[in-house]
Amino acid sequence: MPATQVPAIAGWFTTDDQPHLLGTRCTTCGTVFFPRAEGFCRNPSCRGREFEETALARTGTVWSYTDAQYQPPPPYVAATDPYVPFALAAVELSDEHLVVLGQLADGTTVDDVKVGDTVELVVEPLYEIDGVEHLIYRWKKVSA
Amino acid sequence: MTNDVAVLGVGMHPWGKWGKNFVEYGIEAALAALDDAGVDWQDIQFVAGGETVRNGYPGYVAGSTFVQALGWNGARVSSSYAACASGATALEAARTRILAGLCDVALVIGADTTPKGFLAPVAGERWDDPDWLRFRLIGATNPAYFALYARRRMDLYGATQADFAKVKIKNAKHGLHNPYARYRKEVTEAEIAASPMVADPLRLLDICATSDGAAAVVLTSLDYAKRKGASSPVRVRAISTVTPQFPNTVIEMPNFATDSAAAVAPPERTFMDSIAHACYDESGISPEDVNVAEVYDLSTALELDWYEHLGLCKAGEAEKLLNDGDTTLGGRVPVNPSGGLACFGEAVPAQALAQVCEITWQLRGQATGRQAVLPNGGAPTVGITANKGLFGHGSSVLLTK
Repeated sequence: MPATQVPAIAGWFTTDDQPHLLGTRCTTCGTVFFPRAEGFCRNPSCRGREFEETALARTGTVWSYTDAQYQPPPPYVAATDPYVPFALAAVELSDEHLVVLGQLADGTTVDDVKVGDTVELVVEPLYEIDGVEHLIYRWKKVSA
Repeated sequence: MTNDVAVLGVGMHPWGKWGKNFVEYGIEAALAALDDAGVDWQDIQFVAGGETVRNGYPGYVAGSTFVQALGWNGARVSSSYAACASGATALEAARTRILAGLCDVALVIGADTTPKGFLAPVAGERWDDPDWLRFRLIGATNPAYFALYARRRMDLYGATQADFAKVKIKNAKHGLHNPYARYRKEVTEAEIAASPMVADPLRLLDICATSDGAAAVVLTSLDYAKRKGASSPVRVRAISTVTPQFPNTVIEMPNFATDSAAAVAPPERTFMDSIAHACYDESGISPEDVNVAEVYDLSTALELDWYEHLGLCKAGEAEKLLNDGDTTLGGRVPVNPSGGLACFGEAVPAQALAQVCEITWQLRGQATGRQAVLPNGGAPTVGITANKGLFGHGSSVLLTK
């Protein structure tokens, strides 16, 4: 068992029992950004420069989905040898009005989802390097 | 006052895997275009290079590299990077310089040698580069994005993998006699269905390969063309190199997410719809006037998306247009008579120019073995190209004769 777990990237998601994606919200116009935007608001009619961190909705609906039957090239790091295909989903978050792409939870295949399904955010191991498990956000189907 | 410029010459190096340097391909295409135009290299006043950026890769100096290889002639130079749209952006650099009256005759060149397999990002640890991060964090390859659009067509419009296969079968047939195409072989639905799944629902034969290739265009003022004896040349009527409008609400390569529409409503047109619209708007020509089109079929399903984004049919009706034979040679508006990326494979900075070459040959009636024909038996008079690349790049070129 790996001794430690770290997020594969800092500041993109929480790792508690009810994980959230972390974005930023422009304090001037209210536009939400994921991954986090800072510095200057990307709404072309806004000159906002201040952002506050915001936790995105934990659930959303599937906009579309696919899988990776071939191992992606580096910098992708395969968790297993031989490679095991994984599935991906683009998920629409209704409050934030944005679509976020992520892998589907371990064991989920394209046969398990369809456009419009409800999914929730989970955090799972992505790969292990030198005994450290690197975690990533994923989408998991909410059972009906 | 016209905003038209003349396509006086076009040329290509055949697509394939030839094991040469990109400069060699570019030179062959350039010489072919110069010969086609009847213009001497020494007379070229401006060279626009379409380039690609890949690690350890010499596309960084595309414009001047071509000038040096053809022999320094003092021409002004530019290099354009716009991912898959680089060629069109280079063409636009030449067009605007001609229209500004700063030159009469320009040579536009795009050439590439592409590695085999998945296009991968720049190497190294690049935690601030979304193109690197998407591979590292979620393993999202280019075909994964194509597949998201394909699956959505299936779930929203009832498209089937058999529909996608028909696009491949059509394009394989179109490219059969194209001397510049890499793959010149008919494909059956059974062969497509038997090819390995890459990114569900897209199989290997639904996805375009990567290739070496080069294309070049001699672009001139109408006056210059006339002086060269071309009184009725193919004309560039409009070029679109638009970026998206905020908020872009469709997930795009290489991004992790769309813009948020929480504070600002989505624009009237999606980015994909806006690309060709800019050409129609600039030229005053309508989608109904288009006789022939070359679109960026990175996947079979994407070609169907383009029918709608070009306004050839309404959203959700592309499968009908395909199945009615409208987009096949002999139909109302043949799409990808060259064979498209299905027969070429993608040579990134050359591809948008290759589309312009093909439409030029189509409008001149010189597309032997793959010629689109109007109901009156003549060559088409209006053609359009469309493509889209990473990072909010898209392009469309509208040509008439």
